[in-house]
Formats: sequence, C-alpha cells, structure tokens
Amino acid sequence: MTITFRTETFRDDFTFRNSPAGIRRFPFPFHEDGYMYSVNIEPHRPGAPGSVFEHGFDVDEHYVAEMADRALVLAEDPLRCQALPHMDLASWDYLELVMTTKARDYPELFTLETDGDRWHWTNRPLGIDDRFTFGVTSTLPCPPLEYIGRQTQGDHCLLDQRDNNLWMDAGMVTTQADWSLDFDIGMNFFEWHAPVPLAHEMGVFQRAIKFLTSIPQGQPSRRLNWTLTVNPRLDTSPENYPKWGPDKLTVTPDTIGEKMHLRVELQTFWRLPRSNALVFPIRCYLLRFDDLVTIPKWARRMHRVIRDLPPELVTYKGMSRYHPMLVEWLAAHDDGAPTSPGIFPD
Amino acid sequence: MIEPTILSRPTYGTLEPRPGRAHLLIADDAGSAAIVDLFARAPADFHESATILSVTKDLSGDEAAALHRLSPATLTACPDMPAMLNTLAGLLAEAGMGVQIYLAGTEPLIGQAMRVVIEAGIDHSAIATEHRGSLARRVQCVHCKGFMDEVTTQPVTCAHCGLSLFVRDHYSRRLAAFQGVCINAEDQSEIVPAEEVFR
Repeated sequence: MTITFRTETFRDDFTFRNSPAGIRRFPFPFHEDGYMYSVNIEPHRPGAPGSVFEHGFDVDEHYVAEMADRALVLAEDPLRCQALPHMDLASWDYLELVMTTKARDYPELFTLETDGDRWHWTNRPLGIDDRFTFGVTSTLPCPPLEYIGRQTQGDHCLLDQRDNNLWMDAGMVTTQADWSLDFDIGMNFFEWHAPVPLAHEMGVFQRAIKFLTSIPQGQPSRRLNWTLTVNPRLDTSPENYPKWGPDKLTVTPDTIGEKMHLRVELQTFWRLPRSNALVFPIRCYLLRFDDLVTIPKWARRMHRVIRDLPPELVTYKGMSRYHPMLVEWLAAHDDGAPTSPGIFPD
Repeated sequence: MIEPTILSRPTYGTLEPRPGRAHLLIADDAGSAAIVDLFARAPADFHESATILSVTKDLSGDEAAALHRLSPATLTACPDMPAMLNTLAGLLAEAGMGVQIYLAGTEPLIGQAMRVVIEAGIDHSAIATEHRGSLARRVQCVHCKGFMDEVTTQPVTCAHCGLSLFVRDHYSRRLAAFQGVCINAEDQSEIVPAEEVFR
C-alpha cells in the first residue's frame, strides 16, 4: 500500500482536501438517522482493509501536513504539550506502543530496531532517523510524549488511574474541539467532562468510567465523537477562539458546502503496560459538506440527524448561529429514501 | 451558600473540629469568623495545638484581633496573599504526620491555599473548607493565560489582553481559578454589558 501524502494547510488558505478514496474511508459517525449520547464503545479490533479501523493507529494522506500544523501550534503555544512529573513512565509506554504498532502495520513508512534498551527509530515520511536509550529522556531531542506526539496524528491524552478514577495528567493536544489541556490537566474524568450538557444526568460518564478503568492490556476500545467545524481547521482550541470564532459569520447558504465540515474524532483507549495508565488518542477527521453529500446515504442521514438534534446539543456543538440554515441546505440533499443500518456507504 | 452547578465547580462545607495532634487553620478576613465559630465548638484545649495563619487587609483590625483572642499556639498574620502562601509552604514543610488543615474564607483564599497544601503532599481527606464572604472569583483568561483576582462581574474585561470574558463555572484546582473565555469571539461587535453577579 502506498500513501501519497498531500501538501495542504489547515489554516489561512485552507488547502486541505480529501481525495476520492479519502472521502469513502471517512469515519461517518452516525449508525442510524438520529443522534443522542450513548456509551458507544466497541473493541478496537482491526477493521476492513483500507478503512480507518484497519490499524491501531491510522496513517493517512494528511499525515505529513497534520504534523506540520502541529509544529506551528507548538511553536506559538508550548503548553499544548504537558506532562505532570509522575507521567514520565506512561509517556515511554506510549512511545513504545506507537512505535511498535506503526512499524508492524506500516513497514514501508516506519522501522523500529531494538537491542535491549538501545532503540533505533526511522520515520521515513517525516525524515526522522534517531537512536536513543529507551526510558532515558536525555537521549531524545525532547520529552517522550512530545517526541512521539509530533509524529502521530491526533491528540493524545495520558490518563493516570487511581481512586477508581482517571486523571488527565499528560497530553499533546493541538487538534481539539474546544477544550484546553492547560486548564484541564490534573482533573479527573468527571471534572474535565463537567461542561458537557445532559450526559451527566443520563449517567453516561458513570457507565463510561466503569468500562474504561477495567480496560485490560492488549484489548483497546474505540468510539466515535463528532462536531461541526467551519473551514478545515484542526486547531479549534479555546485559546485561539478569537481566531476561529469569526469564521462562523462566513457561513451562508452559498458557502455551507465548501466551508462546513463534519469533524469526527476516532477516540481509542489503550492500557499501558508499565504505568497502568490509559492512553486516549483522539484522532480528528474532517469532511466538507460538499464531499459528504456525494455519498447518498450520508447526505440523507446527516440531514435527519442535524434536523432532529436536541437544542442543548445544538448549543453545545456551537452551531446555534447557523443551525436553521444547515437544516435547509441538507434538506435539499435528502430525497426521503430509507437508509441502511451502520456507518459505511452503501 | 454556594450551590453545586457543574462537577468541576468546588463546593464547601462547614468547619468542624477533627481529631488530630496538630491543627493548621488558614483564613482571610471573611473567614476569620468561621475560625472563631470553629473554636466555639472545639474542645477546650484545641487552641494549644492550633496554628492560625491569616491574610488580612489590616494587621491591627478587628478580624486580626478576634483571631488573637483565640490564643492559638502560633498566630501569623500576613498582609497579602503571596506572603501568606509562602508562609504556608514553610509551615507545611515543618508539619508532622496527621496535621489537620482548615481553610476558611473567599474562594480565591481557599483555592490558592488548597493548591499549596496539596502540593505539599497532604491528603485531601485531611483538608476541610468553609466558604465565607464574597463570591468574587479568581479567573484565568484562557487566551492570554493571565490571572485576575476578585472578579465580580459577568462578563469581565481581561486586565491583560482586553478581551471580554465569559466567566465559566469550569474550575481548575491546579490553577485555583475559573476559566474565562471570550464572550463575543464570533462577532466582536456584539458588546455584552457587564453585570455585578459575583458578590
């Protein structure tokens, strides 16, 4: 399998695009014609070849460009990557998980050679060839979480587990849907989810924490989450809200198709072997509405989901300003035909 | 009384004397009355094992005098928050096992003292809190990362970057601050008038 890495941007001129194959493999998040919170967690088992579920850590055509965007974010705001002191071991655990998994799944892109603690890592797409001593931070160009985070698509949270709870004690977070690692670091599972409406009352987080704290090693899980983003912008952080907030005013019936993007997070959960921490990669996929409606099933379903969304979620997902306009635009792409179950195109 | 809102927003209790060989009590002017009330419910010899650390606007004021009348083994009054927090860190470095911590006063006092206590390795089960006084909040601007103490309005203009901030209930114990997020980032021509709500 050969991946042609795109040269594209996620800011300013927004040259990001999905190839036709990229559109078809997009992880559409709605398995039925409606949406409400649920603990929609399933085993993160290898999925269909070519799908985003094929490998533990999906590498796609946006890899190199996403890593370049991450470097821009970190250059402006180094606090997007932080680890509390006790998370050093978990950071090494995570580096090992990513390197071994990617080297196995993408041998043409990544190579890992180990001789005891002496490791040799080659990342061909990014032109990296480093030798280091596993567990010794001074032998890397930067701390382990930052090192591997700069080479792995998606945000990465390391969750310490204690007191039957999970604690957001480290992370690399530059492609987030409006939450701040710098503010939330050190919080427990219920605290960092505190601003989410409805879900607490529904018991979603109580059930989720029971599941997550009992995830065993070697049996990762996954779920999909979603929101909408104007322009293919990865960095929709609260820190930079004054930069991306005004984008919302540019949404008109004429620009929806090009500017509005379905933003899907493929969230996975992995137990780490030495630290017993959980790593929680949050991988962001973007699909502009013009491309989304080329898949008839998705076009129909997207309309029905957005039309019937509870008002609290319309507000929480930040679409109050243009929700009626979206429903009208999407309605024109819904012929009323029934849709098949599941998320994949017909 | 501060009502629970969202799960990251702290709530507080009422100070009660706890068993322990040593008691470290920290208060601002508003909280000094809670310390006085606590002593009234405590065993007669409570004061002999009590250290009181206060931050006060007036070192010779009524609140300082009220704490003095409790006859604690040690009484230290500081003229501002940084001085108090430094002193607190020093006291904690010397504190023995099983010291009981009592925090009383406004949320900025409780939150900032709590942070120092937790960093010193004291278990949260040994810390009691009681809110007294104003509802003024310590706020961090999520955009420029600057802090403001004693925020009383919603929204509030960031003293550092000038953005108009909505003060959320989302609270970080590590930062001892509520989060302030630009209220009109989408359309800066929308001016939201400030109301005095945290009194």
